[in-house]
Amino acid sequence: MYLTREEEALLDGEKGPTLQKAMELLTALGDIYGADSLVPIKSAQIAGVSYKTIGDAGLEWISDLKGKVVVPSILNPAGMDLERWHEMGVDEEFAANQTKIIEAYQRLGIRCECTCTPYHIDTSLASFGDHLAWSESSAVSYANSVIGARTNREGGPSALAAALIGKTANYGYHLDENRAPVITVQVDCQLSGADYGALGYLVGAQVGSDIPMFRLQSRPTNTELKALGAAMAASGAVALYHVVGVTPESGSYQAPDETITIERSQLDEVFGKDRGHHVDLAALGCPHYSLEELELAAELLEGVRVEKEVWIYTSRQVRDASPDAVRRIEASGAKVFVDTCMVVSPATDRFGYVLTDSGKALKYIPGMCGVGSGLASIRECLKGRNSD
Amino acid sequence: MWGQVWPAFVNALKGGILIKTLKGRPISRGCGQGEALVTNESISFLGSVDPTTGIVIEEKHELKGQSISGKVLVFPAGKGSTVGSYVMYQLKKNGTAPAGVINRSAEPIVVVGAIISGIAMVDSTEPDAITTIKTGDMVRVDGTRGVVEIL
Repeated sequence: MYLTREEEALLDGEKGPTLQKAMELLTALGDIYGADSLVPIKSAQIAGVSYKTIGDAGLEWISDLKGKVVVPSILNPAGMDLERWHEMGVDEEFAANQTKIIEAYQRLGIRCECTCTPYHIDTSLASFGDHLAWSESSAVSYANSVIGARTNREGGPSALAAALIGKTANYGYHLDENRAPVITVQVDCQLSGADYGALGYLVGAQVGSDIPMFRLQSRPTNTELKALGAAMAASGAVALYHVVGVTPESGSYQAPDETITIERSQLDEVFGKDRGHHVDLAALGCPHYSLEELELAAELLEGVRVEKEVWIYTSRQVRDASPDAVRRIEASGAKVFVDTCMVVSPATDRFGYVLTDSGKALKYIPGMCGVGSGLASIRECLKGRNSD
Repeated sequence: MWGQVWPAFVNALKGGILIKTLKGRPISRGCGQGEALVTNESISFLGSVDPTTGIVIEEKHELKGQSISGKVLVFPAGKGSTVGSYVMYQLKKNGTAPAGVINRSAEPIVVVGAIISGIAMVDSTEPDAITTIKTGDMVRVDGTRGVVEIL
């Protein structure tokens, strides 16, 4: 891999051990994946934040680092709402360790904004054609597919290394030749809302890490694309997809000949797998809700008193920008939590069965939280019932 | 006289008379030396290795019950959770890390773990490390040059 003189100097340790390690990480991964050089990045989004996922091992590593990031850098969700953790049922010991992780990241100059939807809180973090080093799989999918920016699915340490250096290795989705679709997905029905999560759940499992190109009968909103990409990145490893006539790079490619077809009955099976199951918690907001989704939830909960625990996750910034919607939601007995989600927080683990409107959460909750999960529309989730 | 004998001696060592040399790809800088522990099975550091003791705890793993601490660990590749990288760091801090790592084909979890922990690592050796090195051999890994020596 070609390195400039300045990059060589960093690799030789001339600017200290933290930057030397960071350069070692970027060049080693670059060599493995055949990168020709490093490329400057616009922003970094760093996974490995929840104490539930990284534990003492991760806390030790982050606490030992010294340095400052040189590009705007934000965090993935933590294991709790950093203010209302007690209300979530998170214990003191977990909270203390989680706080240490956040403080360690802050010492490195990383913004203490814990969200899987960086694009909802600051549009300057990613624009069309920008190179990024993002980790969260749903954010990677959104950045590549919906924004037309370029990022690989970074691990926590490699995203952090990129943030410290301001560059990442130029391979994979950074290169034009790796962004073309290889399989067409033909959807033979109208879709709305949580249907996109169900579609992603099915397609991800079928295409793995390939790039699909969708032919849809409905025109998805960005919120629906967010749900589609998040589910495909969870049930498969899809980091980029195109939708004919919708996503910004779709016009550059022909739909591939190899085609899979998805019918309404297959989507209904995803929704119907546990129909009528007793629900202990309805968890919404995976990925974090946007302003529009929060407003929709507020409208649906108008004059309603929820019968079950209903928790809605969003970013701190979106919550603070919509105090009226939050007030209306919480008047119903539902709660709006920030900085965290149902997958990475230990708070989910004590419930028996979780209903969600997210194809991604449907996939991850059983393994990460040890509890059952079912998929339903936002309306059904808010009613706390998995039935029509 | 030493000027003539010493290079000949070194060449003899490198030629495999006394030291067998495997040439690979440098992954993580530094040198490590220790007894080899060789397995044909992939290793997930999260959940498979106890970070306090360095003992393999994964049920059904062929190394179960053995300590990787201070060894040169020779295995095909990493697998499992990316948190495994941090577990390697924890092993290092606890003084229970391997002295060096040799993989057949490196993947990011172990690469990242070795680099952040300062564990010497080489992959893709010629000849193949897993079939050439035997458990118990004294091995030196040079992760800066990408060279493995069986002493």
